[in-house]
Amino acid sequence: MKKLLLVLTMAFSASVMYAGGYRVGVQGHKQLAMGHTGVAVVTSAESAFFNPAGLVYLDGELNVSVGAAVILSNTTYQNREFGYSAESDNPIGTPFYAYGSYKINDWLSAGLAVYTPYGSRVTWPTDWEGSHLVNDIELSAVFVQPTLSIKLTDNFSIGGGPIYVTGAVNFNRNLSRSLTDEAGNRSNVTVDASGINAWGYTIGAMFRPTEDIILGFNYRSKIEMEVERGDGTADFENLPAALAPGFADGDFTSSLPLPAELTFGASYEVSDKWLVAFDYTRTFWDAYESLDVQFFNDAGLSRNPRNYKNSSIYKIGAQYVATQKVTVRGGFYYDESPTRDGFFAPETPRPDSVNFTAGFTYNLNSRWAIDASVLYVHSSETENSYDSFVEAGQAISFGGDYKSNAFVAGIGVSYKL
Amino acid sequence: MKKNIKYLAILALGLFACEPEFDNPIDESGTYTSGSADFSTFVAVGNSLTAGFMDGTVFRSGQQNSFPNIMAEQFAFAGGGTFTQPSYDDDVNDSGGFLLAGSPIPGFDTRLVIDASEGGPENLNVMPTMEVSNLQATAYNNMGIPGAKSFHLGFPGYGDIANLAIGAANPYYVRHATSPTATVIGDATSLDPTFFALWIGNNDILAFATSGGTGVDQTGNPNVLSYGFNDITDPGVFAFTYQALIDALTANGAKGIVATLPDVTSIPYFTTVPFNPIPMDAATAAFANNAYMTYNGGLQFAVGNGLLSAAEAAQRAISFSAGQNSVVIIDEDLTDLSGFGIPSLRQTTINDLLVLPSSGIIGTLANQADPTSVIGVGVPLTDNLVLTETEIQLVRTARTAYNTTITTIAAANDLAVVDMAAVLEQLVSGLRTSDGQIYTNNYFDGSSDALSTAVFSLDGVHPNSRGYAIVADEFIRTINEKYGANVPRVTAGYYPGVTVVPTN
Repeated sequence: MKKLLLVLTMAFSASVMYAGGYRVGVQGHKQLAMGHTGVAVVTSAESAFFNPAGLVYLDGELNVSVGAAVILSNTTYQNREFGYSAESDNPIGTPFYAYGSYKINDWLSAGLAVYTPYGSRVTWPTDWEGSHLVNDIELSAVFVQPTLSIKLTDNFSIGGGPIYVTGAVNFNRNLSRSLTDEAGNRSNVTVDASGINAWGYTIGAMFRPTEDIILGFNYRSKIEMEVERGDGTADFENLPAALAPGFADGDFTSSLPLPAELTFGASYEVSDKWLVAFDYTRTFWDAYESLDVQFFNDAGLSRNPRNYKNSSIYKIGAQYVATQKVTVRGGFYYDESPTRDGFFAPETPRPDSVNFTAGFTYNLNSRWAIDASVLYVHSSETENSYDSFVEAGQAISFGGDYKSNAFVAGIGVSYKL
Repeated sequence: MKKNIKYLAILALGLFACEPEFDNPIDESGTYTSGSADFSTFVAVGNSLTAGFMDGTVFRSGQQNSFPNIMAEQFAFAGGGTFTQPSYDDDVNDSGGFLLAGSPIPGFDTRLVIDASEGGPENLNVMPTMEVSNLQATAYNNMGIPGAKSFHLGFPGYGDIANLAIGAANPYYVRHATSPTATVIGDATSLDPTFFALWIGNNDILAFATSGGTGVDQTGNPNVLSYGFNDITDPGVFAFTYQALIDALTANGAKGIVATLPDVTSIPYFTTVPFNPIPMDAATAAFANNAYMTYNGGLQFAVGNGLLSAAEAAQRAISFSAGQNSVVIIDEDLTDLSGFGIPSLRQTTINDLLVLPSSGIIGTLANQADPTSVIGVGVPLTDNLVLTETEIQLVRTARTAYNTTITTIAAANDLAVVDMAAVLEQLVSGLRTSDGQIYTNNYFDGSSDALSTAVFSLDGVHPNSRGYAIVADEFIRTINEKYGANVPRVTAGYYPGVTVVPTN
């Protein structure tokens, strides 16, 4: 028992990562606990996300993993020159996953994956100094992915499938830095849309050069979430009576890219008890050039340049079979921010982060197991600004010091037949 | 295993408890400092600019953005104490404007708003609710008295309600003077300030300027009791008064900041209406010229008889042409030829300033039945609507003398001087704040851009809330520099500008 605790403690003092932008890297408690590695790991149905090519190598006829987590995240802001300080009070995020894989025959498995890789919940104090950029935002997307996994040779397999996405957004910001109604309430707009659908795909390959080593590759395509006319509502509040007729409630159009992700990695089974894994993920954030929202009243086109850059995640994880019942895991990842200097918008306040993960599996019996993981996201203090807010034809800078962290804890079950 | 889960939970809680903390959080003591100054009791003394006067009055929500109140909010980061202002709780409609014995006081109207249906500024069409006879009898940290000239601040009876009828009292001060014989400066020093701001002297020249120079330049006359409201205060009186005010404010060793007086050409009241606002086609110009043939001929007659110099005759000759035309005005400084039936007329030049209210008058008909009675063409504009080159020079001479006094006395007392004259000068070409916005002294032009950038209120003389934020920021910048303080700066962009109503 003492030994187990020691392993857990060590796992915590090592480090793991989360994800930049509005990516939420919580796609399976076994793999999250190992620093969210998994492209070259064959342990459970979680492979449906990490690398569909791995499903065909799973033991057992039927593998199921379901789980959920809570995300507690905080960002603090301050500006020394003007004495501003604010702390975001973010609602708890609840990513979840459900993976199932069925072995049709020795060389073919079919599966279904449901997961939530993108999302964001940020709530700043209403009317804070950055309220012309964002008061609060809630983004969510559920991916549904039918999957096939095919063993081409004993040591090489491929897998993949189409992805159906359904997403929702709710975003509130003030219309300007100073506009209010007659009673002094800040004029603001809320855009809301749900049931936004789009399609994408994932493909993967896995190569097992020796019994102990696995190499993996996975690519998930970019998916563009487009809000068309009539899909959502734009609700304008607190306009002065003289301007209100020009800012009637209505709909809006917009689009938000869920960027493509390329991962490759390796795992090595050091011994019967130890497994280590390394993943590298490249996220093609350059797809996120601008968050443009077209209103159909006097608000017109709201252009919000983002100018994201592609970013990398470096992950490492390990698993240790402590006893017949208990497997413990730990990991670390470093997550580069896709944000450029001068484009640091407080609606996705994510600087570079170091991430520590840990978790365990407890086997109830030969079929059922409980999986749990925790993730701590730590970002160092960053001084940055968003310089592309336009007011009366001038680009206005909003900046200061930001510091954020997040804590994720989750639990799930696995079933193997 | 259960035990382990417990440990895991404890570990998890421990991590979660790590809210993101800055290495150097600004709420840590010592981040902001007062330097060699002490902001614990801050008192601001002055006129309308200090009171938070805007859109022609002081109203409840506007007063919250008086520049000393904004400063006090920032001083709170560096040891500043409570900052009180005269109560406007009784301004129920948030409209400003005064009643006396239940009746509106002429000249103390409600605030100006833009009436979108008419497209121009109007007094908010509600009844004022503030009764001047409800005496507060309290000394406040904000001792800005709208309308006060330098010498009024030490004038006993300036807050005596009995003096209102004879024009020797000011309703703004009457409302809160601690006694009928109290003085503004006496009430201010009764608070025992540790730090003060003094911005006074604007009205000593501005009343003359906004009246179109209808007052008298009292330079050389020290008897203030003989002054009319629109007169220019004798610079000797100003210097004597200013010294006395500084002596009173620094008596207990308080440090402070004083401000210089801006030029009239820095404020939209004088810069909005161009000197040549009248468009004409050739036919209209010819018709108008025809009407002045007799006048122009009379000038030549006067020159021929040695009554007028050729130069003045040229200056006075009235001539219109196709395009933008100058306004015909009455100028009392011209040689008086009325005995010969020749009026004192000329056209404006680029060196004259037409005051803001002239915009609603120029081009209208003096006599609705007579289409030739266009004011500024067929009928001359009256003297009170134009500040002539000669009058501007009187204002400038006095202003220069006052500013010399202000900077000299400040230097002698080792006080901070904020050069508001220079700051307002910057607004002429555009003042860029650190966030990247550019502000000008333009009058609100009705555009949506101006909703975010106008810094002058609709009276054309006083800043609006956003403008006062710029003022407060300049005061703070100067204080930080002079006293080695670190008081957080102010972002003007967050403060409101003009009020637009759909109808009025």
